[in-house]
Amino acid sequence: MISHRVHRDLARAISSVENRIVELPAALRALAAHGHVPASHHSDVLGVTGPPGAGKSTLVDRLIEGLRTAGETVAVIAVDPSSPFTNGAVLGDRVRMQRHAGDPGVFIRSMASREAGGGLAPATRDAVRLAEAAGFDVVIVETVGVGQIELEVVAVADLILVVTVPALGDSVQTIKAGLTEIADIFVVNMADRAGANRTALDLKHMVHEGRRDIPVLQTIAQDGTGLPELLATIAERRGAEDSNAVRAVRFEVVRRARDAAASAALALLNSPDALAVLERLRAHDITRNDAIDSLLTIFGGPVHAH
Amino acid sequence: MQTPEKVRTAADDREAWEQLTLLPFVERRPEARETFRTQGGLPLERIYTPEHVEGIDYARDIGFPGQFPYTRGPYPTMYRAQPWTMRQIAGFGTADDTNERFRFLIAQGQTGISTDFDMPTLMGYDSDDARSEGEVGREGVAIDSVDDMHDLYAGIDLEQISVSMTINPSAWILLAMYLVVAEERGFDRRKLSGTIQNDIIKEYVSQKEWVYPPRPAMRIVRDSITYSAQHLPRYNPVNVSGYHTREAGSTAIQEVAFTLAAGIAYVDEVVKAGIDVDDFAPRLSFFFVSQIDFLEEVAKFRAARRVWAKIMKERFGAKKPESMRLRFHCQTAGVSCTAREPLNNIARTAIEALAAVLGGAQSLHTNGYDEALSIPSEPAMKIALRTQQIIAEETGVVGTIDPLGGSYALEKLTAEIEAGCFEYFAEVDKRGGVVQCIEDNFFQLELADAAYDLHRRKEAGERQIVGVTKYRDDSPNPALDLHHVDEAAAARQLERLRKTKANRDDAAVRAALEEVVRVAKTDENIMPATIAAARARATGGEIINALRPIFGTYVEKPVF
Amino acid sequence: MPIKVLVTKPGLDGHDRGAKIVARALRDAGMEVVYTGLHQTPEMIVTAAIQEDVDVVGVSILSGAHMTIFPKIMDLLKAREVDDIVVIGGGVIQDADIPKLKALGVREIFNAEATTQDLIDGIERIVAEYGRDRTRRAAAHAR
Repeated sequence: MISHRVHRDLARAISSVENRIVELPAALRALAAHGHVPASHHSDVLGVTGPPGAGKSTLVDRLIEGLRTAGETVAVIAVDPSSPFTNGAVLGDRVRMQRHAGDPGVFIRSMASREAGGGLAPATRDAVRLAEAAGFDVVIVETVGVGQIELEVVAVADLILVVTVPALGDSVQTIKAGLTEIADIFVVNMADRAGANRTALDLKHMVHEGRRDIPVLQTIAQDGTGLPELLATIAERRGAEDSNAVRAVRFEVVRRARDAAASAALALLNSPDALAVLERLRAHDITRNDAIDSLLTIFGGPVHAH
Repeated sequence: MQTPEKVRTAADDREAWEQLTLLPFVERRPEARETFRTQGGLPLERIYTPEHVEGIDYARDIGFPGQFPYTRGPYPTMYRAQPWTMRQIAGFGTADDTNERFRFLIAQGQTGISTDFDMPTLMGYDSDDARSEGEVGREGVAIDSVDDMHDLYAGIDLEQISVSMTINPSAWILLAMYLVVAEERGFDRRKLSGTIQNDIIKEYVSQKEWVYPPRPAMRIVRDSITYSAQHLPRYNPVNVSGYHTREAGSTAIQEVAFTLAAGIAYVDEVVKAGIDVDDFAPRLSFFFVSQIDFLEEVAKFRAARRVWAKIMKERFGAKKPESMRLRFHCQTAGVSCTAREPLNNIARTAIEALAAVLGGAQSLHTNGYDEALSIPSEPAMKIALRTQQIIAEETGVVGTIDPLGGSYALEKLTAEIEAGCFEYFAEVDKRGGVVQCIEDNFFQLELADAAYDLHRRKEAGERQIVGVTKYRDDSPNPALDLHHVDEAAAARQLERLRKTKANRDDAAVRAALEEVVRVAKTDENIMPATIAAARARATGGEIINALRPIFGTYVEKPVF
Repeated sequence: MPIKVLVTKPGLDGHDRGAKIVARALRDAGMEVVYTGLHQTPEMIVTAAIQEDVDVVGVSILSGAHMTIFPKIMDLLKAREVDDIVVIGGGVIQDADIPKLKALGVREIFNAEATTQDLIDGIERIVAEYGRDRTRRAAAHAR
């Protein structure tokens, strides 16, 4: 049984590593010294990733509900982006998970991505290990969802859900690159929208071309449709043998390549062309979306998150 | 409005004036600021001349009151026939408490009544729900069942006085209760006049009162409009509202554009349900704020009428003039009222009320001077009502229709606001329509940006508030007789609810609720079953909760 | 290390303009803001404050129910043995109620006239005075 006191101690432990007051081993020792959990305890770690607006938080809320009904305790680490300019952040993921307030079997922690790219915060991995040490059966990691493929989740999760929404036209192509490499389960959420079946079919085709068996499921997280099937699939796949080492290596290669690209983009943001676009935005000549499109074109885009 | 010849002359004249008169003067005495903007952020020229109204055609764009495009007013006589309806909103405590306030206002000469409900009623919680604690009867009147509704309007002739109800996600239930009250008192439904706000779209954008997600909520609104079109010929089943969006920090253009976009969405839904547009569009009504930026506001009201007329005619092919003419209720701006030096609010409210009248409002609520401190006291409401009476009886503005029409500045601003609206409509269409835009947070993001921008302009000193950010002295506020929250009202309401539950036939309530649930799962109109449930004394909370498993509960994804 | 603030809006009303402007301004001042959304119960607020381990809880109330809400928040924090999270309030709160709220342990009230800069300065000052670093350091080390 997880107590309110565990919540407090876990929350403080996460802060201590997030703010680099101590390193993970010390924080783990501190948590263990409070005598919460046997050291052998293992949590299954579920990664939830996908583009913004795919309904990840609502889906996580439903997963919590399902796992709790099955008697399991759940910790959630939800990552939101930091402003690259002020380092501040507004973290709003827990808004959709509040009906579990007061249930000590559910712990939800928001994290700002701080300087890290790639969908996770620097301390996410540590926070997962601390939640495990605090005794939660399942730890769910929800990524930033800034529209890129968040491969870093590979490094922390045992099982990865890639969530998407019914797409029009060729949008499925845009999520193709990389996702089949990391997904263990595809979820087409908001399946009551037009194009759901087709999106699911397209994904199945993509999966078929690849070498791994990745189930494609449809859900409507808002009303819970499809959740029993999703939970059953998760239960079935949890603990199955995976190819973590291969995924981790791929992840490391992609991460380094992307870091290089990000450095280049930051340099370009200070180019005269980019500064001119930003100036027009400041003068309300163009909308935010126009500015983003123009900048991406300057960077060799256009690139669209859908 | 002008021939090209005249425009060229005007431009030449202006340039000459700038060179000869203006520049030397400015050199000696510089202007206070380089740029002036309206509260909504529109740039203001130093002077407006015929060149600024070059593209405006009098007959096409301005015209005559009571004629397309209704820029100058919805009716050909306007206030020369009768002034606007003076409609002060009221609501607090139990039904009995509010009924007493209604009778006071009618005795003071008020010509329509308007009901404010408490937060639990607005959000679909009964007074005995745990979520209601501390809020029962506090900011409005608590209505749990038809029994409360009876007492709320006791002694008021519902065929004579028009009754407005400000309620949204649970509006269809309150409408059902109202119809049961009318029926049990023997009034003819066809003679009931009044308005229910019932505008769910702006809830997701700005007021944030909701129960179900947008799509089922739209279905309920559609059902209440179609039911009303068939059974309540004098009743306005929806009051599409920009007030809350503006109060939440939008620009004037956004206020009109988002509101009329919502209007488009409702018309779409009802037309899709097979009702001819001319059979219900005449009963659509609107609600705007009147803010403190006088000219911009007058222009805004005129633009709203013109834009709506064009939408109805061109987009929906309406044929009846009544379908094209926009009628609106107006309230002065709550956010413009200050807690410091509250009597200054009387002056602000008077200016805002005058803008509403010069903009051609059909009904008006003026805020009490204590608006920023509490819900209005009786003395505050009396002065607020007197303010309207002074405008109607003393100032003489009722004598001429749209007296500011033709002003270069006003016509230019009107055209700018109109253009801004059509830009938004194009964007909304491109993004897949209003409901999609809500689900994608489009309106919410636009509003958040505008609110933050306005806030920063205030903090930067561009918009001053007298007695607060400028000319501030720290003398204490005058002692005011504020509305006193009756802490015992909640207990009285709980007792009323207990009595209703004790006296009803529980089996009949259960059966009626099951019928509402059955209908909700089909595409039948939900109104008749809801009326039956209200008649059986089902409470608002019971009806709302019965439908949650089918419709779901909305959770917002906040944007900043 | 960034200051972490919970911005929360109890009650059934939807007046979130102020809370959202505050959230945005605090973010722009480099703080990490956890926003809970509307319609929060004291249980939700305290759960979020503890799990997020924020430095400051900012409660925005315009419904007049502050004398119902704040005591419950303060009692729940106490019951959960949390004494290092500062609670502040804002919104429409009558002057007469401010001393009562401070007596309950609410650290500061920022009314409608406070600028965002007042609020940023206030939070920075409160966090500096409070020395949250110290309690975190103590919590992080095994006893």
